[in-house]
Amino acid sequence: MITFDGVETPCRAGWTIGAALTAAGVRSWRTTRRAGRPRGLFCGIGVCFDCLVTVNGRPSMRACLTEARPGDVVSTQDGTGHGDRAC
Amino acid sequence: MLLVDGGARPGGQYWRHGPEPADPRSRHRLRHGWPTFQRLVRRAESAGAALLARHHVQTVVADKAGWLVDCLVGDEPSASAVGTAIRARRLVLATGAYDRQLPFPGWDLPGVMAGGGVQALLKAHGVLAGRRVVVAGTGPFLLPVAAGLVAAGARVPLVAEANSPLHLAHYPGALAASGPKLREALSYAVWLTRGHTAYRRRHTVIRALGTDRLQAVQVARLDRHGRVCPGTIRTVHCDVLAVGWGFTPQLDLANQLGCAGTVGADGNLVVAVDRVQATSVPGVWAAGEVTGIGGADLAVIEGSIAGRAAAQAPVPRSLIRRRARLRRFADALNAAFPVPAFLLDDLPGEVLACRCEEVPVRAVREAVSELGATDARTVKLLTRTGMGWCQGRVCGFAVAAATARACGRPVSEADLRAMADRPLAVPSTLGRLQGGEPPSH
Repeated sequence: MITFDGVETPCRAGWTIGAALTAAGVRSWRTTRRAGRPRGLFCGIGVCFDCLVTVNGRPSMRACLTEARPGDVVSTQDGTGHGDRAC
Repeated sequence: MLLVDGGARPGGQYWRHGPEPADPRSRHRLRHGWPTFQRLVRRAESAGAALLARHHVQTVVADKAGWLVDCLVGDEPSASAVGTAIRARRLVLATGAYDRQLPFPGWDLPGVMAGGGVQALLKAHGVLAGRRVVVAGTGPFLLPVAAGLVAAGARVPLVAEANSPLHLAHYPGALAASGPKLREALSYAVWLTRGHTAYRRRHTVIRALGTDRLQAVQVARLDRHGRVCPGTIRTVHCDVLAVGWGFTPQLDLANQLGCAGTVGADGNLVVAVDRVQATSVPGVWAAGEVTGIGGADLAVIEGSIAGRAAAQAPVPRSLIRRRARLRRFADALNAAFPVPAFLLDDLPGEVLACRCEEVPVRAVREAVSELGATDARTVKLLTRTGMGWCQGRVCGFAVAAATARACGRPVSEADLRAMADRPLAVPSTLGRLQGGEPPSH
């Protein structure tokens, strides 16, 4: 079990964060830096970097590559995930 | 002999699998050529090859005795503190490919995904990307994506193929490998029939609709020239769109090494190789999709040839002949499934060309028409397309194409290379780049 924005989200062993969120019907988990538009999975294989999400406080983890571990705290990332920093 | 693989398990995207299939019945539907894969793994193991999994190569540089291969280790290498460097006398590059994408209105809505990403969720995790999925784009890959979804219980109302597969009959090369391929295509067709999926030739998605997530797509018929036929637009409701326009090779390492390239039959920059898969750089061979998109069977043959050549063993003529046959078939497929003109010429200016840096197509066109850019490199410098996280992997082909079109000339190798040269194949923190020598093999 992991949490996403505080909500318990079921997760199977071996699933990536992206797989768990997708299985739970979540389509987006970050907003873009310029226009604040929602993004989630696009290429799904680690190439596009659209699926960046904050995991256990660490921003910009590719959800499609990052294996979910029990107790992981996943949260929506706004922009860079570093507040006002540019990157 | 070391097999350095960025994946958790060998097999790349084609033979991608999870630790255990979620539904045992689905195992064989999704695992094409599985006995071949198992045989290859067994032979590699018995030959003494060691597999380094989750090793993402960041750089390859010339070293005293050959090459120094610097890797980041872990699922998400950009967050990894663990690195390792490998010294190698000879290299075989088999870095594969990924879905080629082109911008269209609404393509940045959550729910619009690459066909390969939808496949990866299913193959590796047994997870459906959505419940009602439209599959669109061009090329034979649309069929296994749609069939896999139907077999796993999703509703696939439509497969929109922009071209007409019947055109394949015009190319003599198509007959070269047609038997098994036809059977494979028919097996997918059976699933689509069971799923009540409409397969429409010369149809494509012209717009993805929704406010913060995909809710529907607009589909239209294309004429012989790949342009939208007026009056044929209709709306299809869906929660996911699986889209793909063929594939494009992962060239980071080949480009770092300075391997000569060429614009392939698929329109991509590809690595140039000789009869035995040798690149222009002594001590480096390349096999599979990096030499030109051609599918799994061709990749396996090229791998066999490259491995033998790198080991300085003779290459049987039968392998060379098989490769030529499969290459002719791949060339026929590429010619029969081109990117339609509507995607290259008729896009509204506000559509995003570069997703990472949120740069609209308009900016690319204006860089040429207002600011005097005459090549993709200058367009990149002026607009920031290709400078974001993905470093041009997604937008590269489209920006090169849009630049060339705005300049009134064909896409050049230089245009494609400008969007594909990456000194770091994997992102890294400044801390790691500053760090000391990593332990080496």
